[in-house]
Amino acid sequence: MITLYDYELSGNCYKLRLFMSMLDIEYEVIAVDFYPGKEHKSEWFLEINPLGQLPVLEDNGFVLRDAQAILIYLASKYDAGGKWYPTDQPQTLGDISQWLAFADSITSTSSAARLHDGLFYDFDIEACRAGAHRLFRIFDEHLWFAEKQNRNWICPGDHPTIADIACFPYVILSEEGGISRQDYPAIRRWTDRVKRIPGFVVMSGVFPAGPAFKAAG
Amino acid sequence: MTARRVNDWLEQELLDDWHVIADLESMEVGIDRRTKLFGVDLVATVFATSEIRVERPDTGRSVASQKKYGFLWASLGSPDRDVVEISEAREVDRHLVTGGSIAVNVSGLRLVENFLDMGHFPFIHTDYLGVEPHTEVPPYSVEISSDDELWTRDCRFFQPVASPTAKGGFMVDYVYRVIRPYTVSLYKSNPNQQERMDSIYLFVQPVDEENCVAHPYLCYLKDGIDEATVRWFMQLIFAQDKPILENQFPKRLPLDPRAETPIRADASSVFYRRWLRSHKINYGAITAAG
Repeated sequence: MITLYDYELSGNCYKLRLFMSMLDIEYEVIAVDFYPGKEHKSEWFLEINPLGQLPVLEDNGFVLRDAQAILIYLASKYDAGGKWYPTDQPQTLGDISQWLAFADSITSTSSAARLHDGLFYDFDIEACRAGAHRLFRIFDEHLWFAEKQNRNWICPGDHPTIADIACFPYVILSEEGGISRQDYPAIRRWTDRVKRIPGFVVMSGVFPAGPAFKAAG
Repeated sequence: MTARRVNDWLEQELLDDWHVIADLESMEVGIDRRTKLFGVDLVATVFATSEIRVERPDTGRSVASQKKYGFLWASLGSPDRDVVEISEAREVDRHLVTGGSIAVNVSGLRLVENFLDMGHFPFIHTDYLGVEPHTEVPPYSVEISSDDELWTRDCRFFQPVASPTAKGGFMVDYVYRVIRPYTVSLYKSNPNQQERMDSIYLFVQPVDEENCVAHPYLCYLKDGIDEATVRWFMQLIFAQDKPILENQFPKRLPLDPRAETPIRADASSVFYRRWLRSHKINYGAITAAG
């Protein structure tokens, strides 16, 4: 059985809830009182992850930290079709890794802005927002050119990869950090497509796709 | 330069009242916490002796402050009454925890009004506090008590997951109470002991007229639930409301009866706005014409 050490409002934890739902994997949750209890810095949790960060996943005694690492593990082990992380395609794997790192940059800008605005973190808010806009501009262009080649997803191929999952949460939650997506139409179309992947689930602050899905599907 | 006198533009009732400005659990000894109350900058410090100080940088003076219910409270005026009394806080079989303070970019009065509203449950808190087609808000009663609080009783709503310990949906009984302009509470049936109520107090900090911080205080029966789960559920629900609240327009609460069109289910909102008018509260509101 898989156990997820989870905090509801964390976009990095949401990545894993989202992906496990899409893969239809059963798991149990241990709610960690991240805020205001700072339980991720408590003695018992530091024994599990000395970095004091969420999420952490445990699968039959195997313990793994870092959302991106966990996505790789879950895809490699549980995606029988090998589509989310195609281990036989070196270029795609390189591409995915590049965008997983990009997702971390989104976390350190867009997520930081959200923590500043909502939960009083002492960050340089203007720097966080400017950094997020710079990334979103690059991301929007990338997705626009992909669309011109009839691609729906971040990496080449006709199936989404874990790069789409890794980038989604702190893009879709950006407005909670005062970062509008109005100027990024290709990003907005991409978020709608992610919301229509079978098994998609929301978290607080994320809304499901409109009813067009049902009508079309 | 002399600082503008707060009571030139702030109602005396709000000026002299106590307001939560921080959750003590999130503060660290010796590290200043900067915040605002009614647009006035404040710097709060907790000392190793566990003493506290809340200072106004614009005047260099301290303001009245105290610790209670796990929160740091401050008043910009001369408090003539104490912090709200919470009788459940004396019951030993309850978790008494702060819920996690969250800043919201909207008037605090909008937050109180949203807290009173059951109509949005199936649409915003889908599969938790409501689910279609159970969208009807049955009639309920609203009255002003002898000590001038606003009480909403006989509220009932079908909830699939009313609380983290709920095992299946049931008709939940609710009572709402507006205690002070920026303070509201609710009492709802505990799923295990349905004759007793869990309660949530929402202390809203008016940061300025269009920004606030929600400081929830949770009094849940310990029966079958731990503290982390109580907080988890509160934050799950509140974070669903946050984007809706932040997209309300206008950001301040209109008090003119003709400003928005209510339906029967909005009776508590109509009474709340009327009650605010009778208290002559305009901070965070758009004043009624005439």
